[in-house]
Amino acid sequence: MEVKRDMSVELSGVRLDNPVIPASGCFGYGYGMAEFYDINILGSISFKGTTREARYGNPLPRVAECSSGMINAVGLQNPGIDAVIAEELPRMREVFHKPIIANISGFSIDEYVECCSKITAEEQVEIIELNVSCPNVHGGGMSFGTSPQSVAEVVREVKKVVTKPLYVKLTPNVTDIVSIARAAEEAGADGICLINTMLGMRIDVRSRRPIIANTMGGFSGAAVFPVAVRMVYQVAKACSVPVIGCGGVESATDVIEMMMAGATAVEVGAANLRNPYACKEIIEALPTEMARLGIEKLSDIIGIVK
Amino acid sequence: MYKRNIYKVVCNKPLTHKTMLMVLEGDTSHITQAGQFVNVAVEGKFLRRPISVCDYDERTITLLYDVVGEGTKAMSLLTEGAQLDLLTGLGNGFTEDVECQKPVLLGGGIGCAPLYNLARKLLARGLRPTVVLGFNSAADVVAHDMFEQLGVECYVATVDGSMGTRGFVTDVISQKAIEGDYFYACGPMPMLRALCGSTEWSGEVSLDERMACGFGVCMCCSVETRSGAKRICKEGPVFRKEDLIWK
Repeated sequence: MEVKRDMSVELSGVRLDNPVIPASGCFGYGYGMAEFYDINILGSISFKGTTREARYGNPLPRVAECSSGMINAVGLQNPGIDAVIAEELPRMREVFHKPIIANISGFSIDEYVECCSKITAEEQVEIIELNVSCPNVHGGGMSFGTSPQSVAEVVREVKKVVTKPLYVKLTPNVTDIVSIARAAEEAGADGICLINTMLGMRIDVRSRRPIIANTMGGFSGAAVFPVAVRMVYQVAKACSVPVIGCGGVESATDVIEMMMAGATAVEVGAANLRNPYACKEIIEALPTEMARLGIEKLSDIIGIVK
Repeated sequence: MYKRNIYKVVCNKPLTHKTMLMVLEGDTSHITQAGQFVNVAVEGKFLRRPISVCDYDERTITLLYDVVGEGTKAMSLLTEGAQLDLLTGLGNGFTEDVECQKPVLLGGGIGCAPLYNLARKLLARGLRPTVVLGFNSAADVVAHDMFEQLGVECYVATVDGSMGTRGFVTDVISQKAIEGDYFYACGPMPMLRALCGSTEWSGEVSLDERMACGFGVCMCCSVETRSGAKRICKEGPVFRKEDLIWK
């Protein structure tokens, strides 16, 4: 018999049928994945990180495998905000009829502001997710996300031009994630998403060279799950805005664990790349897993761990 | 369209010291073109292994693969009856209906694999492709006999001269005065670069690159072409010679 359970959650007034969201960069703009299954079963989709100009990204190879994970250095390849609005979003709308999370990247505050002021006007975009892991070209190349001051500055400026809830996706490559999350919240962020990838590296021992052309890249996959749970827990305890948990999620049980740590919704990234049905399988397994664990309503367990 | 299915290993045997032949039984309905690939889930490995389809029919898929790392090593240990999770229907594949009279098929190393089904398709069209295969040494030569059994002319080049013409596939073309009007190639980048730089024939090449998803969402395998950035796994792996930029 099919088990039914209430899986709905709410992010800053945006209701999702379930908390499962493919993470940015692991699902394109959705329509490619619609060849595998009806993607309308998803809670939402965070689309591919988009910048002001079109970007080719980094040289190849861009990927290296690790134990229970992978490192990527794609380098934000995307067609640019105008092409995303003119071409990608209409294609996305044909196959996906639910709220979309717009993942926006930038290399300067001006770029974030310009992209966000454009994307906020798109009807189906209901949440904007700022990727602050990019280097600040006007700030010595340091990632925006590594100092409370620069995160706060980006959030304050973007907040002035957006009409949709603004979430900030934080990099875990910092000494104190809580101070960064608090700075984002105090600057007006409506929510926090974490974690982005961890900086990693692999070497080809035969050629004695890095596997990835960019030398280093972002480590993701099941291996980072405990780090993500820990950071979600710390940030959810320290902030009052909703948290989207992300990092190494592969199963319904992982979703529940992430929510118990404090996540209101959960993004699934690298798992989609090995198993394109990952999100579908997680959503289908959730009611049974909830029943097994005695959970009536999924939102009841958010941050339940003291 | 792509599809994930479970396949049964019906044959998995070494052809040389490093090349294996694997025959899988299962749903092949999503494979539509010679030169497409499958992405193989290997137990205990995070990413799938993209491998060219060497041949297929209504119920089997044949793969030729080199054992080059931990993933392909694990594949090589699978025995008859083992089950494998594959994504099929990946990539564009070769253009099977090009207007030509004398197609030449050029394979370097394991790059010979996708040319086999292509040769069968071209023969079915009434064309007689010429096949040129290049390897490092006689001990590495594979598929030569498979092509000969199809009844096509098949030349071999080895870098050390231990079999066939000494040198590369491009040396065979010049020394044997191979006649052609269109080429299909798959092999290492230096071979493809030399070939595209030296031949006047029009043609297409199949590229290989480290991939993550294999179905176009992660952007890990994008190459710059004359018509913009293309994903090797999605718009490729086969590109027209004229579209490629050689740096």
